[in-house]
Amino acid sequence: MRGNAAAHELIAPGSLEGVLELLAGAPGEWTPIAGGTEIMVAHAAGRLREKKLVSLWGLGELRFIEASEDSIAIGAGVTFGDLRTHSGVESGAHLLAKSATWIGSIANQSRATIGGNLVNGSPAADSSPALLVYDAEVELISVRGRRRIAYSDFHTGYKRNAMAPDELLYAVHVPIRFREHKQYLRKVGTRRAMAISKMALAGTALLKAGYIGEIRLAAASLAPFPARLYKTEAALRGRLLNSETIREAQEALMDEAKPIDDIRSTAAYRSRVAANLLGEFLLDLLSAEEHQ
Amino acid sequence: MSERRPNFNPRISFIVNGERRTVEAPGMKRLLDVLREDLHLTGTKEGCGEGECGSCSVRMNGELVNSCLVPVLQAEGAEIETVEGLGTADGLHPIQKAFLECGGAQCGICTPGMLMATAQLLAVNPHPTIVEIREGLAGNLCRCTGFKRIFDSVAAAVGKMDASAKTGGAHAG
Repeated sequence: MRGNAAAHELIAPGSLEGVLELLAGAPGEWTPIAGGTEIMVAHAAGRLREKKLVSLWGLGELRFIEASEDSIAIGAGVTFGDLRTHSGVESGAHLLAKSATWIGSIANQSRATIGGNLVNGSPAADSSPALLVYDAEVELISVRGRRRIAYSDFHTGYKRNAMAPDELLYAVHVPIRFREHKQYLRKVGTRRAMAISKMALAGTALLKAGYIGEIRLAAASLAPFPARLYKTEAALRGRLLNSETIREAQEALMDEAKPIDDIRSTAAYRSRVAANLLGEFLLDLLSAEEHQ
Repeated sequence: MSERRPNFNPRISFIVNGERRTVEAPGMKRLLDVLREDLHLTGTKEGCGEGECGSCSVRMNGELVNSCLVPVLQAEGAEIETVEGLGTADGLHPIQKAFLECGGAQCGICTPGMLMATAQLLAVNPHPTIVEIREGLAGNLCRCTGFKRIFDSVAAAVGKMDASAKTGGAHAG
C-alpha cells in the first residue's frame, strides 16, 4: 500500500537550535529526517510509522568537515558525495572515503548522510566498518550539552543506539593516526554498484618484525549491528604472522561471527566469505612484510 | 511553530527549469509526485519508487537526486532541473540528440533519468572515461538496451558538446 503524505507532518525549524528545542520539548515524539534515503523508502511503501518528522536537510551547522593535526571532524549532515570528494578524508581516512564511493548511486550519495547511516543502524551500514577500525568517536548534542562516546559503544542492539530521546548525532571524529597501518576494506554484494552488502570487512594492522602489533577488525552483517571482531583480533595480536596463524584467525572469525539468513544472503555464506576476506587481508600483510 | 495542524499544507516555493513555482502540498509529498501531479511535468518517470532504479532522477542545486526520495518540503528554495528543462522537441540538447542517434532509448521509461544522470556526469566531468560513464549511470537501470548503446550515447554526447562549445552553442552543460 502506498504511503499517504498527508498523514505525516514534516517541519523544518531551519536551525540546529530549533531542532534541539523541538526534541527537548517532546522527547521521542519527533523523528529526524536528513537526506531521506531510508525514511522515504519506508514512506513510499506505506511502512513509515512515524507521524511527526523534523527535517535536518540544509542545516549548515551539521554539514562540515574539519581536519586537525590528529583527527577529522565530520558533521552528521555531511553527505557521502561530500566525503568521497574531500582530499583530507581521502588522505587521512582512506577506508571511509572508499566506503563512500560504494554507497548506493551518485543520486543516493548526494542525499545520504553519514549521520543518517549511523543512526539508522543497519547491520549492513557501509560507513561503519571503516569507522570502527579507525577507533572513531561520535559526538551527541542536545539542549543539555554535548558528549562524546566511542563509536564502538554507539550501537546497543538491532537498530538500537546509545542516544537519549532528546539527543541528535552531531559529528563523527576520526583519528588519523592509522596512516602507517596496513588498511583493508572490502564489501561483497550482488553487484559492484548500488547493492546493499551481503557482508563487509575492514581492518587496520601494524606489523613489527613479522609479529602483529596493533590490529583492529570490524564487519558489517555478521552481527545485529556493525561491530568490532574482538575475539578474532585477540587470536592475532602478538602472534608471528604465518599461514598457521592465518588459518587459526579464520577459525576464530567463523566462531565469533553470528550472521543470519535473510533475503540478501545466508549465514553460512557470510561467515565463509568473511573468513576469506580476512585471509586476503592477512596475506596482503604477509607479502608486504616479505617485500620489505 | 506554536500552532501545528497535521494536515496543514505549507506553501513551498522553488525554481523549476528556471521558473519560480509555488505549490501547497504536504511536506512529506514526494518531489516526484509534485512535479508530475501539481506541476504536470510528466517527463520525470517513476520506476521502483525506492531509490534503486534512477527513473525519477532530476538535478537539485547542481546534484543528481532521486525525486522519489525527496520530501517536497526539503526542496524549498532549491533550483531543480527536470528533463523538460534539458531541451525541447525543436531544440534538442546534444545529450538527447546523441541518445536518439545511438539507439540509447527503447521503451523510454528510464530515458529521462538516463539523460539527467548524463547531464550531471558531464557537468562535473566533461570528458569521462568509459569506467566513469558506467559509474555515473550505475544508479539508472534500463531493461531494454543492455546498456551498451546508452554508454555509446554518453560518449557521443561528449563529442557533440565539445563541438557545440567550440561553435559557441547554447548548451554548455
